[in-house]
Amino acid sequence: MSTITKDGVSSPAPAKASPAKPRRGLRGSPTFNFWLFTGPFLIGLAIFVYLPILWSLYLSFFEARFTVTPSEFIGVDNYVTMLTDEDFMGSLVTFTIFAAFIVPLTWGTSLGLALMVNRLRFMRAFFRSVFFLPTAVSYVAASLVWKMSIFNGVRFGLANTFLGLFGIDNTAWLASPDPPWYWLVILTVRLWLQAGFYMILFIAALQNIPQEMYEAAAIDGAKPGWQTFWYITLPQLRATSTAVILLLLVAAYQAFDEFFNLLSKTTWGRPPLVELYHKALGESQDYGAGSAGALILTVLICLVTLLQGKFMGFGRGEESK
Amino acid sequence: MTTTTTPPADRVERVDVSAKPRRVRSGSVIGSAGLYLATGFAALLFLIPFYLIVRNALMTDPEITGEEWKWFPTDIQWGNISEPFDDPSVDFARSLWNSAVVGVLHTVGTLLVCSLAGYGLARIPYKHANKVFYAVLGTLMVPTAVTFVPSFVLVSSLGWIDTYRGLIIPGLFSGFTCFLFRQYFLGFPKELEEAARVDGLGYMGAYWRVVVPNSLNFFAAMATITFISGWNSFLWPLVIGQDPSAWTVQVALSNYMTGQTVNFHLIFMATAISILPLVFVFLFLQRWLVQGIAQTGIKG
Repeated sequence: MSTITKDGVSSPAPAKASPAKPRRGLRGSPTFNFWLFTGPFLIGLAIFVYLPILWSLYLSFFEARFTVTPSEFIGVDNYVTMLTDEDFMGSLVTFTIFAAFIVPLTWGTSLGLALMVNRLRFMRAFFRSVFFLPTAVSYVAASLVWKMSIFNGVRFGLANTFLGLFGIDNTAWLASPDPPWYWLVILTVRLWLQAGFYMILFIAALQNIPQEMYEAAAIDGAKPGWQTFWYITLPQLRATSTAVILLLLVAAYQAFDEFFNLLSKTTWGRPPLVELYHKALGESQDYGAGSAGALILTVLICLVTLLQGKFMGFGRGEESK
Repeated sequence: MTTTTTPPADRVERVDVSAKPRRVRSGSVIGSAGLYLATGFAALLFLIPFYLIVRNALMTDPEITGEEWKWFPTDIQWGNISEPFDDPSVDFARSLWNSAVVGVLHTVGTLLVCSLAGYGLARIPYKHANKVFYAVLGTLMVPTAVTFVPSFVLVSSLGWIDTYRGLIIPGLFSGFTCFLFRQYFLGFPKELEEAARVDGLGYMGAYWRVVVPNSLNFFAAMATITFISGWNSFLWPLVIGQDPSAWTVQVALSNYMTGQTVNFHLIFMATAISILPLVFVFLFLQRWLVQGIAQTGIKG
């Protein structure tokens, strides 16, 4: 950079350096400015993300009940406790079931809505708004409606009223794990809340598909409908689909609000976060085991993300552009 | 592709309709009627929960729990509106105020911190910028909710339990928001900034006087998304707000749900009130919101 002053100025060098950036001392230097811009964020990230993770790592090797400044080192005991803990392992199973249903369900619904809305000739903005509107509603509020008005297990609930028309008896949707009707409640509430958001992503992607591709396909004899969808639309949506699935998976890992509010007094149907919440902040206040559990989860999420990236080529779409 | 063979007449015709994405298939009347029927049915399903909230909020409890399903209240109970505020068991007005403070400060802070960082990462040449970027990306793999146990430990040792500081500050440093801003700034036209820099502005000057004023759409979109997520967040406020005076509206709602006595119309009125500001923001800012989400760089 500062080569000009060192040795004899050769004529092409200044021509290369001068037009780009005028700089004046430290205030103008890119390095200084880089840290000026990113510094506040990075300090916050260090304190409120990296430090907690490290602290968690530290705590996870100690006996830490009711205290965050532990003294008794117990090695990997907390990890062993968590990995042999039936409730914690059960919560991983709960998560797996949940993800196995909610991810494809939301993917399909949001794509279906996007295809429908994108086809409309008029009132398109209206329908888009209707499907998008639940994004504004909190999980707590939606859980409340689901629990108290749609699936409340008694005669005046909407679901039971509707089934009553066909002579079907009242179903206690949330009261017992067997039959597991609570999954219907859990899955529909999240589907309603998040489908509209991902629909927007799909609509954006659909509108990016060049119209010429469909015209070319029509000339080549592809039947509109299923064939064009399978051979043109779907492949063109690949990058978006991958991103959507990844986001859905991460969101599923973080499931807390609806499980906590819909199944507040039960011991079953607890995903990992709810389980950890009870472990670390419940009556036992076991921060050591809670931290170990959080780290196990983090490692799992990293693994799944990396694996998915390998299989589905996350980011490949971006690079190829 | 095969477009080279297109006769010019066809091209002229295509220009006419270029405003709307045209379907190759000229949908038959029956086909489009079916489409509208299906879309309308789906829309009805999506609207039912909103309808239920309003219906229950404006009914009396005996009507809600009555033997016969009533689609509309026989006598609209406007008086219900004040009930959540009169209820002594939960300070509902206070919880709304807390949510408003947290929502606004969370939004302003996040946008300030994350947009600056996103710009720095996208635009300022620094040889280790990539390493810094990967350090930010790495936090995306660790969802914030998973770190709530250690974060709680940290915040409680700072003595920030039951404070606005505790509710707001730890949430400001979102790797995801920073990432979205970086993606956006990568696509920002370089020429504008270069002109400003040639005119003698530093990086900061160019950022505030040229880049931000030309990015207001994106900032509006991100503000909306951030405000919605701040207003709606539950786990963190639940953990931090241990004293009822520090509850946000979501924590208050959750408490109604698990409370001993169930007062249906009150609970649904409180829910309606908690959703109303957001629905308003949402419908009002929807254009930017949709644009912003579409622009976030996750599209194909």
